[in-house]
Amino acid sequence: MTRDSARNIFVGGTLVVSVIFLVMTYLSHASYPERTHPENLTEEVVWGKHVWEKHACINCHTLLGEGAYYAPELGNVIARRGVEGTRFILETSAKQGWGQTRKMPQFDLSEKDITGLVEFFIWMGNVDTNNWPPNIEG
Amino acid sequence: MKIQYDSQRVAYPFFIAAMVLFGAQILFGLLIGVQYIWPETLFPAIPFNIARMIHINLLVVWLIFGFMGSAYYLLPEEVEGEIYSVKLAYLHCVLFVIGGATAIVGYLFRWHDGREFLEQPTVIKVAIVIVVLMFIYNMIMTMVKGKKTTGVTVVLLIGFLGLAVFYLFAFYKPDNMVVDKYFWWWVVHLWVEGVWELIMAAILAFLLIKLTGVDREVAEKWLYIIVGLTFMTGIIGTGHHYYWIGTPEFWQTWGAWFSAIEVLPFAAMVAFTFKMISKKTREHPNRAAILWTVGAAVLSFLGAGVWGFMHTLPQINYYTHGTQITASHGHLAFFGAYVVICLAMISYATPIIRGVKVSNQKLEIFAFWTMVVSMLFMTFALTGAGILQSYLQRVLAYSYMETQGYMSLFYGLRLFFGVTFMFGLAIYLYDFFTIGRKEKHLN
Ligand code: HEM
Ligand code: HEM
Ligand SMILES: [Fe+2]
Repeated sequence: MTRDSARNIFVGGTLVVSVIFLVMTYLSHASYPERTHPENLTEEVVWGKHVWEKHACINCHTLLGEGAYYAPELGNVIARRGVEGTRFILETSAKQGWGQTRKMPQFDLSEKDITGLVEFFIWMGNVDTNNWPPNIEG
Repeated sequence: MKIQYDSQRVAYPFFIAAMVLFGAQILFGLLIGVQYIWPETLFPAIPFNIARMIHINLLVVWLIFGFMGSAYYLLPEEVEGEIYSVKLAYLHCVLFVIGGATAIVGYLFRWHDGREFLEQPTVIKVAIVIVVLMFIYNMIMTMVKGKKTTGVTVVLLIGFLGLAVFYLFAFYKPDNMVVDKYFWWWVVHLWVEGVWELIMAAILAFLLIKLTGVDREVAEKWLYIIVGLTFMTGIIGTGHHYYWIGTPEFWQTWGAWFSAIEVLPFAAMVAFTFKMISKKTREHPNRAAILWTVGAAVLSFLGAGVWGFMHTLPQINYYTHGTQITASHGHLAFFGAYVVICLAMISYATPIIRGVKVSNQKLEIFAFWTMVVSMLFMTFALTGAGILQSYLQRVLAYSYMETQGYMSLFYGLRLFFGVTFMFGLAIYLYDFFTIGRKEKHLN
């Protein structure tokens, strides 16, 4: 093989895989109505996502397995703790933080923030994740 | 050796910034390593999430400083002409320092966005884009004005263009978290397993040509093979992140097959490096630079190739996804590939920029081995932690916090090797800042 033929393979190969990748991206998007229920993206859910980002929750927790590994998975927190349990944790942490050893900081969460987060977690819990996590503990 | 083009010196402030930020990155790494064991440390002044975001952002920022400095150093020799605008280079260096420092200090005051690696507030993101565009403009103009176009510079340019283009997806923040995650990986995965690999391979090829004296034709053929393999495997390989985040099941097949062969470009870099070294036509005096260069090929193969492959198949990833296994791989891959290639270039270029003869490299070589061995053992500790976690939490369904209790031995080991890493780095930095201060100058 010469340098130029190696370069041509690089260019041609890249084009081919990029086209395949774009087609698969399209197919993925086509599946979201069914897999993620965008019709349930209410104002509260969107607000919850905003609060989630505002406090950088992702830098302690995982969400569908992505993020940091210092605190529990939250994609399925509603299934694990229930709506009431989740709300209780958030309300407590708004006052004094949460946890015994590793602590969640005290965040200034308003009533609206807490409702938003709970709705956001409910929405996340309804995403079709191909049966991940393996069990309720996340 | 004397510097060939005066404007190559502009690489130097980039290297200095990189080294200072590298030191800070590791201090914050130690802090979160400590918090894993003693959670009260500096809590709530600097909680884990803030310290962690500083740790990983500093990493990315200093690596980009390292890449830009490397590019400025190698461009003039490659294209046979000075850097188009040295002033512009200094200007965007200063801008980048200001933007980066503002972001890091801002994080301490809770001024941040909320997506991993992309925590920069929007204005900082815009500043980063401007800096990168200034750099790319300077690079292109240098290539246009230069006498030659080489494969090394073309691949390097594609790498930087890709870095800029994919970063634009950081501005896209849809309400649908699944869509958000989908394109988040276009920044993170398509960077480290795509365009950054081009930057790495180009720097590697440059260093090997200089260090071994082997013909450019041969080196550039290998370079194109490596980057061809990178894109042909890594682009669809993005699918290994699309198994469980709400994306369709077909990714389990496509992601598995393509990401499994993502080891090929890294294996090719190892083969390339040893082939070049075995055919060397000169004995280069900078032994440390050779060590770092070989180290980059071997350690990236281990961290990205082997540790990546370990958890890339869905059958395994189902249990290891988002555990300490991920952290073990993240550390060795980032270190082995991108940290070490930057240090290789810095090791090669610094004596030349300072105009001194390479003489005693004992300290630098000691620092190399200390950092490498520490990082390997840190990785082993996290791998142990991850295996235990996957078993207890994912198979036996112990709760998250209970599982963590059983993992403390591994966290202790990780911290221990973190401290030895810091020790190696301190020696490295001492050596870096004193090279040539003692020896006599050539010019
Ligand atoms: C003293 C040495 C170091 C210590 C103690 C340390 C500690 C840590 C800790 C505790 C985390 C958070 C893991 C979690 O979310 O639970 C982390 C994340 C990370 N660190 Fe380090 N680190 C060190 C050095 C480094 C170096 C040298 C690099 C790069 C080469 C690096 C790159 C990263 C990356 C990429 C992440 C994010 C990992 C992921 O998302 O999977 N760290 N580090
Ligand atoms: C130098 C190249 C690479 C770097 C710097 C790198 C870095 C990382 C980092 C930091 C993460 C964690 C991302 C997060 O925060 O969620 C990650 C995840 C992952 N990487 Fe890599 N990686 C590289 C190459 C590879 C390769 C070649 C493979 C496969 C052969 C691979 C397989 C994976 C997989 C499967 C995950 C997801 C882990 C999970 O499910 O939690 N990586 N990588
Ligand atoms: Fe990846």
